[in-house]
Amino acid sequence: MVRALDRKVLRDLRAHAGQAVAIAVLLACAVTTLVGSVATARALERSQARYYAEHRFAHVFAAARRAPEGIAARIAALPGVAEVETRVASSATVERPAGGPPASARILSLPPGGARVNVPYLRAGSGLDPDRTDQVLVSEGFALANQLRPGDRLGVVVNGKRQVLRIAGVALSPEFVYAIRPGDLFPDDRAYGILWTSRAGLAAAADLEGAFDEVAVLLAPGAREADVIAGIDRLLAPYGGLGAHGRDRNVSHRFLSDELAQLRAMAALVPAIFLGVAAFVVSVVLSRLVTTQRQQIGALEALGYGARAIALHYAKLVSIIALAGGALGAIGGIALGRAFARSYADFYRLPVLAFEGEAGVVVVAVLVALAAALAGSLGAVRRAVRIAPAEAMRPEPPASYRPTLLERAGLFRPLSPAARMIARDVARRPIRALLSAAGLACAVAILVVAWFAADAMDLILEQQLVVAQRQDLTVTFTDAVAPAGALELRSLPGVRAVEGFRAVPVTLRRGHRSYRTALTGVDPGADLTRLVTADGRVVPLPPAGLVLSAKLGELLHAAPGDRVEIEVLEGRRRTGPLTVALLVDDLLGVQATLSRRALADFLGEGDLLSGAQLSVDPAALDVVQARLRERPRVAGTTARAASVAAFRSLVAGFILAYMAALGALGAVIAAGVVYNAARVTWAERARELATLRVLGFTRAEIWRVLAGEIGVHAALGIPAGCALGLGFVGWTAARASTDLYRIPAEISAATFVRAALLILAATAAVLLAATRWVRRADLLDVLKSKE
Amino acid sequence: MTTTAQAVAGRAPVFAARGLEKVYRVGEIAVPALRGVDLDLYEGELVVLLGPSGSGKSTLLNVLGGLDVPTAGTVTWRDHDLANPDERLLTRYRRDHVGFVFQLYNLVPSLTARENVALAAEIAEHPLDPADALARVGLAARVDHFPSQLSGGEQQRVAIARAIVKRPDVLLCDEPTGALDVQTGRLVLSVLERVNRELGTTTVIITHNAAIAAMADRVISMRDGRIVREERNAHRAPPEALAW
Ligand SMILES: Nc1ncnc2c1ncn2[C@@H]1O[C@H](COP(=O)(O)OP(=O)(O)OP(=O)(O)O)[C@@H](O)[C@H]1O
Ligand SMILES: [Mg+2]
Repeated sequence: MVRALDRKVLRDLRAHAGQAVAIAVLLACAVTTLVGSVATARALERSQARYYAEHRFAHVFAAARRAPEGIAARIAALPGVAEVETRVASSATVERPAGGPPASARILSLPPGGARVNVPYLRAGSGLDPDRTDQVLVSEGFALANQLRPGDRLGVVVNGKRQVLRIAGVALSPEFVYAIRPGDLFPDDRAYGILWTSRAGLAAAADLEGAFDEVAVLLAPGAREADVIAGIDRLLAPYGGLGAHGRDRNVSHRFLSDELAQLRAMAALVPAIFLGVAAFVVSVVLSRLVTTQRQQIGALEALGYGARAIALHYAKLVSIIALAGGALGAIGGIALGRAFARSYADFYRLPVLAFEGEAGVVVVAVLVALAAALAGSLGAVRRAVRIAPAEAMRPEPPASYRPTLLERAGLFRPLSPAARMIARDVARRPIRALLSAAGLACAVAILVVAWFAADAMDLILEQQLVVAQRQDLTVTFTDAVAPAGALELRSLPGVRAVEGFRAVPVTLRRGHRSYRTALTGVDPGADLTRLVTADGRVVPLPPAGLVLSAKLGELLHAAPGDRVEIEVLEGRRRTGPLTVALLVDDLLGVQATLSRRALADFLGEGDLLSGAQLSVDPAALDVVQARLRERPRVAGTTARAASVAAFRSLVAGFILAYMAALGALGAVIAAGVVYNAARVTWAERARELATLRVLGFTRAEIWRVLAGEIGVHAALGIPAGCALGLGFVGWTAARASTDLYRIPAEISAATFVRAALLILAATAAVLLAATRWVRRADLLDVLKSKE
Repeated sequence: MTTTAQAVAGRAPVFAARGLEKVYRVGEIAVPALRGVDLDLYEGELVVLLGPSGSGKSTLLNVLGGLDVPTAGTVTWRDHDLANPDERLLTRYRRDHVGFVFQLYNLVPSLTARENVALAAEIAEHPLDPADALARVGLAARVDHFPSQLSGGEQQRVAIARAIVKRPDVLLCDEPTGALDVQTGRLVLSVLERVNRELGTTTVIITHNAAIAAMADRVISMRDGRIVREERNAHRAPPEALAW
């Protein structure tokens, strides 16, 4: 049997169904985003950990110029080392079977007995035959982008020697979850890949027989990484050791970990906003309910119901709503988490996806939602319990009002009585108006953050590609050539300008920090490629000294005036110091640039070019590319348009999904807040508004009083939301600074305008719905009832 | 029914109701509130409407005031058809011609006395000055007070000022003294009487209190949704002289 008081819970629920649904939806959003993002982050962390463990991702990596194989045993003997695997690694040029400019690759040896560290995951085909030296495994991204399949033949140039290798299989590796060519701005699967081949074959090609140039180490449990790194550095020092490092400096690992860290940060932020807004809405709705039910509460107390029974009664009401919202959110959250985790796993080509139901997270999230709702109801319930029966049975005296401060200053004189009603109500309950405005502000801020993602991508591309790198084509030569060899390209029809550059792969090192990238020498007066700061300023290249991306400076702990040790990774492998002249806070990738003459001096070579930047008449682009390919010394050409398209397609889908998700959340918050504010205002003003109708006010005039109050909330909330959005963006930008990209905390005016308009539209939609309440209201009913 | 009409011959009827019926539907049950009311009200008349609880007084008043429409029958005020349920026309009618006073004062708590009155003045064509309207109800000194700072009788007088500020043609009062003590009630009634006299407003006052009938030009009694009796007072007693 349902007890009478419980029946009242159900009746109250039905009477306030709209508001109950709005609260439940807000809580559902909180639980959905909380469960969804935590489940995604946890699934990815677990997947990452499982992938690393199952495929034995090394803990420590080291490179040397040429270390005898015997050193491996000495590394293995270091305390804390569980497993050692040496390999030969080299850069390679890969001829694309489909034709076109050749791609570049990193080619790694696998031991004859099969890898025990950094074990590739075979996606298709088979592993390498230990008896053959003409087989190769190809990384999946590269294989897909170039339509390579097991059985295909691949022309590969290593150390100047060309061989034709047969693709045995397609593979992934925990070491290259994220594969980007050192010195490149964005990953481009078409132009860069990872290859694995037999140790014997690669060692012969790279002249490293009986020796290795890279070693990977698995640590024993409890081992101290720093000690092992120091030990390896000591052992490799005589052999041109380039410094051992842990996973933290593996680009792929760092990028994946940064992404997970961002995901975790978002996992806290958005649900917190929803919970806050939901708690606020609960508090408003419930305190309104308690006010209307004052006399009922008094009567219940007179009947002998105690404070606990009454508190419990309202807590039940709130709990039903919260649990309904929580259940809905849990279902949505699991679905969202599964979808998100899947798309992340696809994006990163994670071979294992360890998504779990996350019952624990669901329970916690629902409890948090319940707690937020109950916290929101606390004030109202306390008031309900404190009502003295005798007092409660009397109708409430008219609420007391005072002229607002602004009016007393004479500012409101021209306001109509209707406007004064609004102004005084806002002044009488400023906290409520402020909280409602705060809810709207959160919605605006979420939208600003969502649209900012697109702004940021546009800004990065604009800055990098329109201001900084203005070439249409980049040509690289097979060997460094004299300037005449490059300038001669100017004679091709359609070529408008040619600027030569010299680029060498290097490791930059300062103290125990190091970074592998390309060192680029350009002419100080170069017009096609320029140094550009985050705010779009073009910085002239100093005649001497090194210019580093600010991010690279940060990674190396190098400031202007500091010396950085340079190790060239090709040719005569020169080493020596260069002084940092300038840091440039650019947005994409990390660059090390200096004047071409200074680079030539450093390399101890004459005036040589590795390639050239070309400005080309767009109509002639294809023809010029085809003519360039015919030239024997041209190793490859990269069209800027193609690489921009590759980058856009890489990021655009993600950003769109992100924008759509956050946009929808923002709209839900706005609608929820406005709906409840309007509902409560309507309920509180029902009597006044009916009186106005009796006086002859039209429905439209009544609606305007209602809309005016909500308008005040919006007028306060929207500018505050823009400011809050700016804050969120700064916070996000600070956290999203990687060596792949930095996000400028700059928001376009259009983003603010769009966010404000969407919130206004959501507000307008709710207020439009409110015209129905006004139309349906029975004025006689209201006037007869004694409140 | 036409005896009274003849008695006030020379004056034109402003309200004319014929065969007025009103049935409320509560779920399956039909509650008849008016069962065939014929009624004429004349310009400048002060009418008191008497009757037991549930006899249909408020329903009739609401129909005359354009707050509600009858289920059957015709009712007009001059050339306004009050049986037409077009909400826009009814709003227009209320706005331009009718002032209401209720037992519950229904003031807007966030507005001062003057502002409550201004609320009505602002949407009227030829309103009185709100301060003037308040002076007429004897509240000149309280114009800037909020409802919470006024007594019940004062609040009711503000409500009357708000009703008369637009110079309505009709003033409809539903138990205006119901929540007041005798003294205060008399004060409120004398305000209504003076407005009727000075402004020539057709006035209908609902009351349970037969003693009040003495101040009227005409007394109409209702029972079970019908008019059962009409009396015309030879002369109107001043409200100050009423005793109950
Ligand atoms: N909205 C409504 N729904 C259903 N029945 C109603 C409604 N309003 C009035 N009634 C019924 O119509 C009848 C007449 O009501 P009305 O309010 O006109 O009486 P009254 O004479 O004003 O009574 P009182 O002196 O108590 O105010 C009553 O039986 C009442 O119950
Ligand atoms: Mg009544």
